[in-house]
Amino acid sequence: MTAAVSAPTDTVSGDRVVRFARAERWLHWSNASLFLLLLATGMTLYVPALSRLVGRRVLVKDIHVYSGLLLPVPLLLAYAGHWRQSVRRDVRRLSRWSVDDRRWLTSLGRRGKHRMGKFNAGQKLNAIFVAGCIPVMLATGIIMRWFDPFPLAWRTGATFVHDWFALALLVVIFGHIGKALAEPISMHAMAKGTVPAGHAERQHPRWWSELQQTQGPSGQERTKP
Amino acid sequence: MGRRALLGMLGLGAVGILWGAKAQARMEEVLRPFTVNDQTGLSSFLPSAGRFRIYTVTGTLPSRSDAEYRLTVDGDVDTPVSLDLADLRDRLPQTSMTKDFQCVTGWRVADVPWKGVKLPDLLTDAGVRPGATHVRFWSFDGAYTETLTLEQAMRDDVLIAHHMLGKPVTREHGGPVRLYVAPMYGYKSLKWLDRIEVVSALDDPTDPGYWERLGYDVDAWVGRSNGLADDPT
Repeated sequence: MTAAVSAPTDTVSGDRVVRFARAERWLHWSNASLFLLLLATGMTLYVPALSRLVGRRVLVKDIHVYSGLLLPVPLLLAYAGHWRQSVRRDVRRLSRWSVDDRRWLTSLGRRGKHRMGKFNAGQKLNAIFVAGCIPVMLATGIIMRWFDPFPLAWRTGATFVHDWFALALLVVIFGHIGKALAEPISMHAMAKGTVPAGHAERQHPRWWSELQQTQGPSGQERTKP
Repeated sequence: MGRRALLGMLGLGAVGILWGAKAQARMEEVLRPFTVNDQTGLSSFLPSAGRFRIYTVTGTLPSRSDAEYRLTVDGDVDTPVSLDLADLRDRLPQTSMTKDFQCVTGWRVADVPWKGVKLPDLLTDAGVRPGATHVRFWSFDGAYTETLTLEQAMRDDVLIAHHMLGKPVTREHGGPVRLYVAPMYGYKSLKWLDRIEVVSALDDPTDPGYWERLGYDVDAWVGRSNGLADDPT
């Protein structure tokens, strides 16, 4: 195992490639902590058996509300400094949809004719869904908590949206955790930042060729203006 | 693609806020046949499948054992009484009703079976003194109080409930004994009922009640208060 790296994303260094720069790992893990805390407290408020087990409803509600208000902070911070380059590059990758992604989806991720880029279609959908949930859960949560200025029907509607999105999030997040646990290389990439160059070449050929184009054989990154 | 999907989600969220109340009502209607006969209890985890949400006004979920439980009826009455669970379950005349529970925040649980003692029976037994105008309810959680006018309290659909949903009222639903004011929004149906006090003026700092002091209507008729138009329960 290698040590954690602080190089920008997509840097090739010897036999390792930087998959996630430090800012991206921080973004991922602070989001992950917030989402897990919110799911745990949210379920405590929602499932009567858990409410009974935990008690202390007011405290649980406060934790839920305030960690919910923090939800957009990691993403804003990720864009706040020079480290935004790495984040932006991957956000652009995650939001671009290719023919290969459609092939990946229709073959349900089995090896097929598609040539994988840095992210597969499942990872893209996961990232977009979770990112979209941030404003949706924040807005509906605010209406539920500070309902006074809004029509009462909005409160019902906000609760409805908040509940269904939470249920979907629960499924998606546990699916994501399950997939990650099954892939030690991916886990390592999110923990320390790098993957073996051979892995990138075999599993993500399109990403690998991108890296070859932007970087010389020496492994030094060519700086772009 | 990413931007479109993101905007789509935001749109879905906004539409849900605006029309979710209607969608929820419709969904409950459609799901009713399944949720009513659901033996697994799984449907109770689905949002908007006619499920209760549990609210408490204090930090902890109040608790009192069946053996410890006593209900006091006092204030402007001829004979103040203290009733235990056996009195409420066996000695006094029992009333059952199956009625909806409508929360002011929008959710509704249809056809909830309730069983208990009618409040007018209790008040008549205790003997309400002339001049009394209201009934104040105290919860043993130490914070939740409610009030009804004497006229409202004497309605036949106001129940001191010890059973709901076919079993003794559970702790999260306000057990062992709670109030059920059938024609009003759920906040009137005080949980963890401790004391029923007949009074001749609303002069306690807690009056007219916990939720009323937070802004909800004092007369909480379903569909005719709080700016809402729900079907009557």
